[in-house]
Amino acid sequence: MNAGVRRINMAEMIEMKERTKREQVPMKEQSPSDRIHNYNEVPLGYTKEEAIFEAQRCLQCKNPTCMKGCPAEINIPTFIRYIVEENFAKAYLTILETDALPAVTGRVCPQEEQCQKECVLNKRGKAIAIGRLERFVADWARENGIHGIKNADNQKGIKVAVVGSGPAGLTCAADLAKMGYQIILFEALHKPGGVLVYGIPEFRLPKSIVEYEVNEIRQLGVKVITNQVIGATRSVKDLTKEFDAIFLANGAGAPRFMNIPGENMNDVYSANEFLTRSNLMKAYLFPKYDTPIKIRERAATIGAGNVAMDSARTALRLGAKESYIIYRRSRAEVPARAEEVHHAEEEGVIFHFLTLPIRILGDKEGRVTGMECVRMKLGEPDKSGRRRPIPIDNSNFVLEVDMVIDAIGTMANPIVARSAKGVEVNQWGYFKVDEKTKMTTCKGIFAGGDIVRGSATVISAVGDGKIAARSIDAYLSSGKSLRKKSIVSSEVK
Amino acid sequence: MYRIKKKTKLYQDIYSMWIEAPEVAKTVQPGQFIILMTKEKGERIPLTVADYEQNKGLVQIVFQVVGKTTDELSHFQEGEYLYSFIGPLGHKSEIDFFGTVVVVGGGTGIACIHPIARNLKEAGNRVIAIIGARTKELIIMENELRAVSDELIITTDDGSYGRKGFVTDALKEKLDQDTSIKRIWTIGPPIMMKVTTELTKSYRVDTIVSLNTIMVDGTGMCGSCRVSIGGETKFVCTDGPEFDGQLVNWEEFMNRIYRYKEEEKESWQHFKGQNECRCKEN
Repeated sequence: MNAGVRRINMAEMIEMKERTKREQVPMKEQSPSDRIHNYNEVPLGYTKEEAIFEAQRCLQCKNPTCMKGCPAEINIPTFIRYIVEENFAKAYLTILETDALPAVTGRVCPQEEQCQKECVLNKRGKAIAIGRLERFVADWARENGIHGIKNADNQKGIKVAVVGSGPAGLTCAADLAKMGYQIILFEALHKPGGVLVYGIPEFRLPKSIVEYEVNEIRQLGVKVITNQVIGATRSVKDLTKEFDAIFLANGAGAPRFMNIPGENMNDVYSANEFLTRSNLMKAYLFPKYDTPIKIRERAATIGAGNVAMDSARTALRLGAKESYIIYRRSRAEVPARAEEVHHAEEEGVIFHFLTLPIRILGDKEGRVTGMECVRMKLGEPDKSGRRRPIPIDNSNFVLEVDMVIDAIGTMANPIVARSAKGVEVNQWGYFKVDEKTKMTTCKGIFAGGDIVRGSATVISAVGDGKIAARSIDAYLSSGKSLRKKSIVSSEVK
Repeated sequence: MYRIKKKTKLYQDIYSMWIEAPEVAKTVQPGQFIILMTKEKGERIPLTVADYEQNKGLVQIVFQVVGKTTDELSHFQEGEYLYSFIGPLGHKSEIDFFGTVVVVGGGTGIACIHPIARNLKEAGNRVIAIIGARTKELIIMENELRAVSDELIITTDDGSYGRKGFVTDALKEKLDQDTSIKRIWTIGPPIMMKVTTELTKSYRVDTIVSLNTIMVDGTGMCGSCRVSIGGETKFVCTDGPEFDGQLVNWEEFMNRIYRYKEEEKESWQHFKGQNECRCKEN
């Protein structure tokens, strides 16, 4: 393919016919046998030549459907055009206009469900690889010291508090800072980034990249304060006295367990704990880093979402000889991205479909010795449209495992909501918001990301952050403020 | 940043530190805990707050060197900064007027029992404090506790100070003598809390324990600290740290708090090894 690349005049778009004929450029990856022994990124990214070759496939539609599928509102055809023209800096700045986390979204967005799903090229073959191109541009800019344009002195002297520094909080903070608001971003942990830092493993999203993009957001004037647990260190009520508006983006946070016997044994982790130890605390570098993680020979991860894939793949890298995914439905219902499932299988993760754990077995010291499961069959579709798994009578069997990771989703962590009386939550503890504005039941307080949606994706959190930023701007531009309100009335008790 | 304002060696390997953490000091209540990290590569460890001075923005911690992090912490000097200091976390102690109450402290738990005793006293209770340790020098904060209790009983295992025996011996005697005791708090080594709870069961006196589990975030995110309370899984960080001792599944709790025993040993040895090397270089 390299030979082909050289023959093409880089600075020009190619003929229409050629564009639809050319195949999507694959992205090189570390081989499975290599990568299970390290924590480096699995996909290696496009080279300059590959990026241009792929970018040339873009049809440059007048009414680009891809953009409709992008919650980050990226001007996709424009940035791709700049790649063709080899103006990578311009391509970067184009993305940065609307997306403050391009190296992140370029890696972890399920593009096949978003922008690429809408691409016209799907009809003739494969969509243009928007995510890979975005990643290339962001990486090139980082390596070449290209920065976003700092705002001139448009400071409005209006203060907005953003609670939580995950993708929703970072995006909202960046957008508001660009509009000239003074932003304080509160993070409960000792490092900013939220799920990007504690949840997603290094081999999918290197932490140095997250750190870099957070620092770029800081350059916009966003002040990040770590070690601040809103709801403990200070309450949302305290914030209403100091800030004109608030965006709550503290994430879902609380782990869900199966509630089966034996789940509190020593070798049973929530995915949150397992991944936080490994990712945020860098337990994979123990004892260079102080936080330990215990790995046994056979690790069973319950669940089949992206977090489950991350857990099962992390277990392998940490030294588990066998790593299983235990899922009560069949392959067709697996909620994880196809790419994640593919990577997990390549690395040797073994899938047990139609299997439901009912009991974890162990010894007196709390060590896991096995997991009792039942076989399932699929019945009629349930409310979610997926076929309901039904246990098969007398199908119990014991799976020999010695550690278990629960990756069956999260629940709302009540710690922030408890300190925000007057801000209503639904029956599951998630903040109730107006769909269009992301405003909660308390005027001036907005919310987005997983603490509204439950467990969702990074890109939907980014989208929420963008919508909230616009609504907060509208709210503040009309002269309203939480601080003024707290003098006249007190909706937040 | 979290500056160490004052460091005192209470005994051999027991230290008190006053940390500048105005935001924590402002809202902390007796019974709550903080999570600290010594350095960026450190682990997050929870410590129950020993005392606080709100107007000075100070929070006191008392710790014994039991592993890598506490060893490293003990090497920090006044004026140096901790990497992270988060709190106040968990629920505060239920302070109310009960009548006669007993606070039982063992080891560094003696320090944690102190603000609880003080607040119970201020709420009008008759406070009996029982503190115990292996030997005389390990009895810390005696004067502070004496000042906030109506009666102070000291026990040492070897009889070198106060009464010879365990805190539970003294508590049993009190329970036999005084039927007006309404509530007991016990904070100390897990085995002490467990034995105390076993003792008080037959006396049917509410016994509150403060559980010191392994935590990572300390804000309800990871579930590392989970423990069965009355058959239900609870998080010590957000549901505790204080629980009705009779409801605690002690076997599970003890298993879980020691689940990283080997790694903790390895980590400490690694740390000691590094320190030795540095000494040799110098």
